[in-house]
Amino acid sequence: MTQLGTPTEAAAQPSQPPEPSKPPALRLDGVGRSYGALTVLDGLDLTVADGQILAVLGPSGSGKTTLLRVIVGLDRADAGAVHLAGRVVDDRHSWVRPEDRGVGYVPQEGALFPHLTVAANIGFGVRRGRDRTEAVAETLQLVGLVDLAGRYPHQLSGGQRQRVALARALAIKPRLVVLDEPFSSLDAALRAGLRAEVAGVLRRAGATAVVVTHDQDEALSIADEVAVLRGGRFVQIGAPADLLAAPVDPDIAAFLETGTLLTVAVDHGRAVTPWGDVAVAGSPNLGDRAVILIRPGQIRVHTAPQQTGRPARVTGSEYRGGVSLVRLRAGSDDDQDGPDLLAGSDEPLATGQAVWIEIIGPISAWPAT
Amino acid sequence: MSGTATIVPAPAGDAHPPPDRRRLSLRHRHSHGHSHHRRRARPSTVVGAMVVAFTLAPLVFLLIDAHHAGWQEVHTVLFRARSAMLLSNTGKLVVIVCATTAVVGTATAWCLERLALPARRLLAALVVLPIAFPDFVVGYTWHSTFPWIHGLMGASLVMTLTSYPLVYLPVRAALRRADPEAEGVARSLGLGPWETFWRVTMRQVLSGLAGGCLLVALAVMAEFGAFEILRFQTFTTEVFTEFQFDPAAASALALPLAMMGLLVLAGEAVVTRRTHPTGPTVSRDPVRVKPSTSAGAGVLVAFGGLVGLAVVLPIATLIGWMVRSQRTTLPASTSLAHALASTVGYGAGGALLATVLAVPVAVMAVRRPHTLQRVMERGAYLVQGLPGVVVALSAVFFTTRYAYRLYQSSTLLIVVYALLFLPLALVCVKVSVVQTSESYAEVSRSLGRGPLASFALITVPLIAPGLAAGFCLVFLSSVTELTATLILIPIGHHTLVTQFWAYQGAAAYGAAAPYALVMILVAGIPTLLLNNWFARRATGATGTTGTTLPVLT
Repeated sequence: MTQLGTPTEAAAQPSQPPEPSKPPALRLDGVGRSYGALTVLDGLDLTVADGQILAVLGPSGSGKTTLLRVIVGLDRADAGAVHLAGRVVDDRHSWVRPEDRGVGYVPQEGALFPHLTVAANIGFGVRRGRDRTEAVAETLQLVGLVDLAGRYPHQLSGGQRQRVALARALAIKPRLVVLDEPFSSLDAALRAGLRAEVAGVLRRAGATAVVVTHDQDEALSIADEVAVLRGGRFVQIGAPADLLAAPVDPDIAAFLETGTLLTVAVDHGRAVTPWGDVAVAGSPNLGDRAVILIRPGQIRVHTAPQQTGRPARVTGSEYRGGVSLVRLRAGSDDDQDGPDLLAGSDEPLATGQAVWIEIIGPISAWPAT
Repeated sequence: MSGTATIVPAPAGDAHPPPDRRRLSLRHRHSHGHSHHRRRARPSTVVGAMVVAFTLAPLVFLLIDAHHAGWQEVHTVLFRARSAMLLSNTGKLVVIVCATTAVVGTATAWCLERLALPARRLLAALVVLPIAFPDFVVGYTWHSTFPWIHGLMGASLVMTLTSYPLVYLPVRAALRRADPEAEGVARSLGLGPWETFWRVTMRQVLSGLAGGCLLVALAVMAEFGAFEILRFQTFTTEVFTEFQFDPAAASALALPLAMMGLLVLAGEAVVTRRTHPTGPTVSRDPVRVKPSTSAGAGVLVAFGGLVGLAVVLPIATLIGWMVRSQRTTLPASTSLAHALASTVGYGAGGALLATVLAVPVAVMAVRRPHTLQRVMERGAYLVQGLPGVVVALSAVFFTTRYAYRLYQSSTLLIVVYALLFLPLALVCVKVSVVQTSESYAEVSRSLGRGPLASFALITVPLIAPGLAAGFCLVFLSSVTELTATLILIPIGHHTLVTQFWAYQGAAAYGAAAPYALVMILVAGIPTLLLNNWFARRATGATGTTGTTLPVLT
């Protein structure tokens, strides 16, 4: 749905500004990690304020899991420093063991202890006694699994297991919760529902969280802030709305599936597209070729001829929940070749239908490489 | 089955895909890292290295011992005419028994896996039973019933009847893994049934067959008791005899024996490395052909013969001897109870020690799979190539020279059992460790438990099935171990094995029989437990498929 540029759930919820007196829950200063000649993390800087949910978004192999393991204390950084709530937990001189960090960890697939019941799993990290009973009950309530306290992990569904894994991490009242691809093992239908639920639980618990994912929908919907990791570096950090509005490079734009990317000629600050010339936003130093981004929301589709519109035809159409996602090609002739433009339309359009389109500038553009 | 050298190789250990390849491969690169704070070795590696050093000790002591005896002595003993005879005897027997077990084991496996036979499950249970019978007991039942059975012929017969399950089990596992569709495809391409069998079926089971034959070779080379009864001389029987008269000559003779064992072991490593577990991607029900009435009857008669010779005859003979001598020579029940108690005590001690020692080695090999750790882990299997008599000799050498208080102590016997059968425990524990993701312990750490608490609360319960299986395997092997027991048993103590040996040596067959029966019973209980465990594993409760199970005597 992000293709249509609709506002995301998270964007609608304003992130809580950090109190000036309180140190950030997590701070990374130039954190690096290499395995021999292979640099996996390359000087990462990051601040996560108390109560914030941050998503680390990156393709597989970008170093996401290594970053999580460094934060939890299962791996050690070989450059820079990791601070938790203002305290150094990992730098060249000192290192705090994972059991002394108070970072709740939800690994991929949950890793529920198979020989313990749901209640015993959740209570595992809590000191024995009245506190434990209370903490378990409270946490079960929080994730809505009170009825399942006596079950064993193999008797739970995939979604329930993830919720128990989250509850187990939250039961220790952690300073920070980290989740590694928490929804990747679930099927698509379950994923969206559980995502909203997990985000809800984290917010109700007032937890600070770092979620690692390769799924842009997941990152944009769950997080207050998204850090895009590529080749061991953060290439952009920002609120989901900012990321969608101003991706720093075409790769991020493509990764976030924000719209159609094209390499076109530039003439006097205007991009020359098959659908007419369009004004380019910002930077004038584009040279004579540029990569442009046309968002679906910037395209107006008319079914009747228009003075300002350029002729185009529909090459593909997919009807989804009240809007059509359509592919448009320039010209009225069927044999005409060229790139397809992704657009949205309120009324259903048929493949082969002739339409007239307008592109509303200014559009994002980057120098072509 | 002799005490040593009795596992079916578990390519399982290495063939299992690690739960998270990506993470493991990262770790692997980590080994080249030079960061200052990562020099400190992991505790599992340190303890694992110590255990491996312990398992290599017999080999070292053997060399020191030979060195003490003087290389002149070694040279004299090795190059006398008698050694040539022993070598030829050992060689002939290895070749004959490998061939017969290959035929019997493969045929049995193929019939049970590919033919729709009546009472198939019962037959399958019966044909593995001989694996629980000690070779020397089977040798005794044959020789006491048919005194004319001895020499090369007798040794070949007895070893075939006790060792064929070592071929049967891996071949049957290979047949089960093999895609039965391949045979159908071969037929559709114009190959006849025999051509299909040779060119397609045999190809698929070849590595299992070769691995099984190598284990048979190790068993034959290490066997002592059965050959002593059947009056057939090999290197192992000679080492034992020399030990009683000329210990220096014994350790000289042990050298080539150890070398042959290690060579066979190296061969086994090569064969199992070439095993590619390429089973069918989809598990389907095996295709079983219904044989014609006459062919089916023929196969059943053959099975009847095999079970009769390998299972019924030994048991019937033992019972027969007991019934015949009921009133006269049967041992007092107190003597039997005493022998049973010490057998169980020594066996359980050895099993416990071996299982505990196997844990750090398994954890080291699975969790930190760098080259060094892999090499060390393989080192722990070397002891498998050493016949029990060789390990026992090196223990005698070590204690008489450096730790006399341990000589002929219960502790030494238990330590030697653990040493001899550590590879068995290791195979079982390793399978469990491989199947247990490391993230459980990691989560436990993140929840505030230290490394030791995480190990005790999480790792140990999760690998408990492997620990139990390893314990059972070592226990039943120790209970039926003969050579090391005879050499190291503390003076004044008796076990089922030593009592049986003493009585049968004096031709008191009736008095020996009850000890053999109780021995089979005591060894049979862990066999049953093991079977259960393997059966549960094989049904895929843990989601792993195609597990090659370590199988044992």
